[in-house]
Amino acid sequence: MKELRVTPIKNGTVIDHIPAGMALKVLKILGIGDHVSSTVTVAMHVPSQAMGWKDIVKVEDRELATREIDKIALIAPSATVNVIRNYSVAEKRRVSLPDRALGILKCANPNCISNTREPVESEFLVRAKGPLRVVCKYCDRELEDIAAHIV
Amino acid sequence: MPGFRGRDILSIRDFSKADIDAVLKAARRMIPVATGKKVSRSLEGKLLSTLFFEPSTRTRLSFESAMSRLGGRVLGFSGTEGTSVAKGETLADTVRMVEAYSDAIVLRHPQEGAARLAAEFSEKPVINAGDGAGQHPTQTLLDLYTIWDEKGAFEGQHVALVGDLKYGRTVHGLAYALAELGATLAFVSPPTLEMPREIIGEVKERGLSFRTAHKLEDVIRDADVLYVTRIQKERFPDPQEYEKVAGSYRVDMDLLKDAKRDLIIMHPLPRVQEIAPEVDRTKHAVYFKQAFNGVPVRMALLDLILGGGP
Repeated sequence: MKELRVTPIKNGTVIDHIPAGMALKVLKILGIGDHVSSTVTVAMHVPSQAMGWKDIVKVEDRELATREIDKIALIAPSATVNVIRNYSVAEKRRVSLPDRALGILKCANPNCISNTREPVESEFLVRAKGPLRVVCKYCDRELEDIAAHIV
Repeated sequence: MPGFRGRDILSIRDFSKADIDAVLKAARRMIPVATGKKVSRSLEGKLLSTLFFEPSTRTRLSFESAMSRLGGRVLGFSGTEGTSVAKGETLADTVRMVEAYSDAIVLRHPQEGAARLAAEFSEKPVINAGDGAGQHPTQTLLDLYTIWDEKGAFEGQHVALVGDLKYGRTVHGLAYALAELGATLAFVSPPTLEMPREIIGEVKERGLSFRTAHKLEDVIRDADVLYVTRIQKERFPDPQEYEKVAGSYRVDMDLLKDAKRDLIIMHPLPRVQEIAPEVDRTKHAVYFKQAFNGVPVRMALLDLILGGGP
């Protein structure tokens, strides 16, 4: 019998097909740091038929909000999100890049009006998807390091 | 193309070629009114708010002149001292208040994206009169008007943009629009003040021809239009370096010996020493006419947005 490197979980979320090396960024998006009450399993550099190498993140007892999935799409557009309920896959979702990234990125331009206390959320327009290029709706600047500007 | 009525003027990128053409033609029709030879009452009863969070001479006065020439009235402030803004009011709140007092809002603000934000909070049209280092579409339109009025067309014109191409906000919108309209561009600047990558990328994406140069002498023979901008002292940590650079981008009679006879020289003003005063007396100098053109162009826009224009 083939040994599983990552054991099944009872309830929670499995984020699969993350591009190799991006797992830690996914953890950051999910806010997984010191104060986590459930088990988190990370598998890095796992062989994958489709991708060559991939990362996997499993978070027990937690299902992700749409906004969290949108954020993952920014750095791992190939990822799949499986919702696990009672050891079986209850929902399988492929992340998808929205045309507009609302409230999930911070503009890198310090003089952009979206970085002030005006009552608006940041908004970026997706100009290209592969590789991902986004432009601030307010100041028209292209965001250079997208992963570093996820809120 | 949807009509102009009630439309926001935020960025020159929102204008199609047909839009630009409509504004330029409307501006030409406004000349007799702009010069006081004819009287117009087309915006009688209309109120324009001018919110200048940053000081401005030409832009503010030409908007006021434009609105008054069409029979409308202007209210507003210049500088935020003594206003609710100084008490910490958000732009969104200021705009919601002012919207109730007038029919359109002209906004100059030190931060990029301010006009787009204002437009989101206002049902009334918002005109961007400069947002930080961002857009200044009415300046771009008056620059385009000046070239069109002097040269009759854009296609085939060799336009050299000279000076601070990195921070100079007027040149970014102009480069984009001129490329779109079929002019051939030359970007002439010191190596440290070159045109930003994004703008060059946009010009390239359209497959349009342009060249970059570091010397005025390299472009003067071919140029039909020389668009000169101010090189600001504060961009240079070393004053000596500034003197050296500023001196080498100066347009004077000596340089003009090699120029085409019908070359026109433009400048968004204020100028410091980029253009020698003796050049003012030549036929090449159109910068004061260009400053005047701000009035008919802004009249045309106001009339199209607020009046019964096409």
